[in-house]
Amino acid sequence: MAKKSVKDRMSNEINAGSMADIAFLLLIFFLVTTTIDVDKGVLVKLPPWSDEEPDITKLKKRNVFSVLVNAQNQLLVRGEPTRVDELKDRTKEFIANPQRKEDLSEAPNKAIISLKNDRGTKYGTYLEVYNEVKAAYSELWEEECQRKYGQAYSEDLPLAIRKEIRAKFPLVISEAEPTNFGEE
Amino acid sequence: MSKFSNKGGKEPPKVSTASLPDIVFMLLFFFMVTTVLRDAELKVAVQLPFATELTKLEQKSLVHYLYLGKPTKKYQALYGTSPTLQLGDKISNINDIPIFIEKHKIKVNESQHGRITSSLRVDGNVTMGIVQDVKTKLRKSNQLRVNYSAKIKQQ
Repeated sequence: MAKKSVKDRMSNEINAGSMADIAFLLLIFFLVTTTIDVDKGVLVKLPPWSDEEPDITKLKKRNVFSVLVNAQNQLLVRGEPTRVDELKDRTKEFIANPQRKEDLSEAPNKAIISLKNDRGTKYGTYLEVYNEVKAAYSELWEEECQRKYGQAYSEDLPLAIRKEIRAKFPLVISEAEPTNFGEE
Repeated sequence: MSKFSNKGGKEPPKVSTASLPDIVFMLLFFFMVTTVLRDAELKVAVQLPFATELTKLEQKSLVHYLYLGKPTKKYQALYGTSPTLQLGDKISNINDIPIFIEKHKIKVNESQHGRITSSLRVDGNVTMGIVQDVKTKLRKSNQLRVNYSAKIKQQ
């Protein structure tokens, strides 16, 4: 008798109707929590290799914006120590030269940013500097685009407009061979 | 109690198979989530630096990765603690870069060779010396499209 009642109880199926809900819940949980790792970064185009160093002494001194970074991650911008957060505004002022100062660039398309670092410089600092210079240019592009076309500069704009703006403020970054004082 | 004993049946209890598809799907999704996203085991620790001027890398098939960083704890006995280069899933020498690039080029349609990008995933604390060596090697191999991988900096 007792045996039969156990069998009876066993024959009751577990309600599986909610199984699908649980599965979906888990699926949604995984969908939400996993971020598909899209690789983002600062895109650069390296200059082709040539055995001789580019000679920047031929350029006028006022057109060159030299940024030196030493092994202690300190910046020397045109001969004076600078903090990284000042770099963007200084770069912008140098390129655009709104007050037509004698010591800043003659014209935006003649301006050249010259970067030089040490082999002991931290990569993080190097990228920060590079990023600031690029940010300065993208702000200039943005301003120019707003002034001329009244819209934000983005990759969605027609290529002709982007090219025109970029031609006015061409991004020229020259990277010199690093010094070797502080490599560990 | 009486509600259950009323039914009374002699056949052995059946295990419900209605949930089996769900379980299978669950497992499937779980494996999809865990396996696809990791393409290479990292043998070097890479803590990406932060930046604001970021570009998204489209078309993963045109991108290859170069990792630079200190070997992780597990591999320190084997490779030491100084920053090392990892190509694909193995620790490599800088001189292996040209072959690594060529191997990737073979897989890509020739018309798209110009759009192949080297993504440098470099730890923020690595010194520029080794980075510079890698850059020089890339320039010498005529691989000029380079991406300095970084995380977005929140303002």
